[in-house]
Amino acid sequence: MMDVGRHPNINLYTYSEVEDVSGYIGNFKVKVRRKARYVDEDLCNACGECEKVCPVAVADEFQQGFSSRKAIYMPFPQAVPSVYILNDGDCLGNNPIACGKCADVCEKECIDFDMKDEIIELDVGAVIVATGMDVYDPTEMDEYGYTQYENVITSMEFERLISAGGPTEGHFIRPTDHKVPKRIAFIQCVGSRSHSEVGNPYCSNICCMNTVKDSLLLKDHYPDTEISVFYMDIRAFGKGFEDLYIRSKKAGVQYIRGLPGEIFEDPKTNDLKLIVEDTVANTVKDYDFDLVVLSVGVIPRRDSSAVQKLLTLSKTEDGFFMESHPKLKPVDAPTGGVFFAGCAEFPKDVKDSVTQASAAAARSEVLLNSDMINIEAITSECYTDLCTSCGICVNVCPFNAIRGADAKAGLKAEVIEAMCKGCGTCAAECNFDALAMKHFEDSQYISQIDASLEKNPMDTITVFACNWCSYAGADLAGLSRLQYPTTQRIIRTMCSGRVDSEFVLHAFEKGAPIVLVSGCHFADCHYIDANRWTQKRVEKLWDKLERLGIRPERLQLEWISAAEGQKWARTMKELEEMRKEVTKEEVEQTMKVLKEDREKAEAKKAKKKSKTVIPKTDKPDIGISPSA
Amino acid sequence: MSENDLRVGVFVCECGRNIAGSLDCQAVSDYAATLPNVTCSVVNKYTCAEPGQQEIKKYIKEHNLNRVVVASCSPRMHEPTFRNCVQEAGLNPYLMEMTNIREHCSWAHLDDYDGATSKAKDMVRMSVARARLLEEQIESKVPMKKEVLVIGGGVAGIQSALDLADAGYQVNLVEKEASIGGLMATLDKTYPTMDCSI
Repeated sequence: MMDVGRHPNINLYTYSEVEDVSGYIGNFKVKVRRKARYVDEDLCNACGECEKVCPVAVADEFQQGFSSRKAIYMPFPQAVPSVYILNDGDCLGNNPIACGKCADVCEKECIDFDMKDEIIELDVGAVIVATGMDVYDPTEMDEYGYTQYENVITSMEFERLISAGGPTEGHFIRPTDHKVPKRIAFIQCVGSRSHSEVGNPYCSNICCMNTVKDSLLLKDHYPDTEISVFYMDIRAFGKGFEDLYIRSKKAGVQYIRGLPGEIFEDPKTNDLKLIVEDTVANTVKDYDFDLVVLSVGVIPRRDSSAVQKLLTLSKTEDGFFMESHPKLKPVDAPTGGVFFAGCAEFPKDVKDSVTQASAAAARSEVLLNSDMINIEAITSECYTDLCTSCGICVNVCPFNAIRGADAKAGLKAEVIEAMCKGCGTCAAECNFDALAMKHFEDSQYISQIDASLEKNPMDTITVFACNWCSYAGADLAGLSRLQYPTTQRIIRTMCSGRVDSEFVLHAFEKGAPIVLVSGCHFADCHYIDANRWTQKRVEKLWDKLERLGIRPERLQLEWISAAEGQKWARTMKELEEMRKEVTKEEVEQTMKVLKEDREKAEAKKAKKKSKTVIPKTDKPDIGISPSA
Repeated sequence: MSENDLRVGVFVCECGRNIAGSLDCQAVSDYAATLPNVTCSVVNKYTCAEPGQQEIKKYIKEHNLNRVVVASCSPRMHEPTFRNCVQEAGLNPYLMEMTNIREHCSWAHLDDYDGATSKAKDMVRMSVARARLLEEQIESKVPMKKEVLVIGGGVAGIQSALDLADAGYQVNLVEKEASIGGLMATLDKTYPTMDCSI
């Protein structure tokens, strides 16, 4: 920690939050809000005089509320930077009647009640997300009595009570009578590996070994303590872990396989009675303890959605950030130039966090070592001769990458390539085919649709899947070997926003019984909110289909995330049931109606065009008609 | 380029038994050979492995291919691999098209050999249709900023920041709380070394 504070290459911004990130790999523009700490970081020498005179006492978060701190305080003795902070919510204020004592005693005059938040702008090439985790709150698991009995504490509270830097200076006492507990129970998997309504289904990875460690600390400090650990499985899988576990057992710690059903307190002694089914001995027994420690699990940070939005990240079903590939790219985020370190991606202990952190640094260096990096050539371009300057594209682009398009000023749309991320919403929304997506052109999609419906169209479900979520969800379904019918044919789009109404209508006209448009959930969209345009477009299509007498339910819209392999497989089965209900007559009628509708629209367009000079497109002619 | 000049090569991957175990790769390859503009179609045991890639390069040269279709796994995993591969053989990387007959086909239809084979044929047909319309693309180059942002000053953020700073890069470490250290700083001792956390 100290090294970070004094490293010449590190700018440390504490009490600060990333407020905005724009740009792309190699060129992120970042806004950081440095919140006012009301103490000048450069001047404060941590003398502590301010703290002495501060009349306010509030619960100390660092000490898990076991002791108090002042309104102006040092977060903990080894804090980096070693600087005081004034909590404006706790402070009485700099008012001669109210207080202002700290400012009076501060010789360095570093307390500034008028300090304001500051916005810092940074230009960076890569981002490492090391936002960490939160700890499971056991109040919802009331059978363990955490809200009712003072002598039931969490493993985090245990850490402060056993620590020499804690409120009792390492003198381990129980909360009710401040006596050293002689009989201590640890309950494992609190909030983890739970398949009931409370808690989480995953293993939190660190709690078994944390308890083994805690038991050894207790045995070291108080050799006579009787310790029992109630567990489902002890997972001592890492290097040196089994040794520690054996050491703990040799030290006399009892490991009992079974979790308590309930905990009762003796109101006179505040001792605790646990009723436990020992699943090895096959007996139900009562156990009495002075103190119970709940070995609480790890959860994703409660505020992780903020970072998720800033960097367009995805989350797996458990709520942790999703990596690019679970095996081959475990450190990379799906967003280029963004990497994960530590528990943001999944619960890890110190060693694994440090390992991934070094990996994230190395992965970043791969980029940082180059002066220039290639950007995938999947961007939009404007055929200015077709552009009518209507401005729809400017309006729908989530990245403000299109400018111009002003009919009055005679300006055509212009795509700023470096800002375009290639969602293709502009190409889908443009009514004049003036915007095209490189590598994902209309003609290429039409050719895929035609090819998919060339044989047995009645047995074919046309599926548009966005690269980042739905296509990845289908990948996960495959990886998980989830089985579903063989009828769907997937067409990959970078974003569901690329799915042009024409594609859907074309598929129906070519005989598709069912069409699915699938994309990311709203919060997950890799192109900020391009999928909102998908939704609007599909809603318009439903209206149109209904108007033409075509059942709108034959066009389905589903949001399927990269983590939702199950949902993908389920959706495919549901679509298959829908497909079976579509009759040949219905499809033939649809084809006829849509053909007529299209021809009518084309005739209208041709009539309109014949009045003006028909502009010639500068698209390269490769001599193939896209529509078979 | 006119339609007559298109020369598509199709490479069907067996992925060991991962694909070949659930569908008939040879039948898919034979079918691919009948599609318009397909000049050659081959089956590889592991297309992504060095011999598989060498074969793609060899066929590009020998058959003067100008489009490549790889029927294998997810492009989310191996698109960069095969783009590099065709580029090394002198082809623009955007003239390569993948179709995912593993995650989306063989693994999803383990008990329907004929159904999976027939689906894989359709998938290859769709890819060949798209490949015929692919165009060369030129990637733009952008300068790389030499600074890094690390969000979070717990043990992981600290380690990443120190590694990058030691390597000579400017690091901006942003921490929400008033001090770095994160959850680790609240621990008394840490396993397996049983020493102080700070």
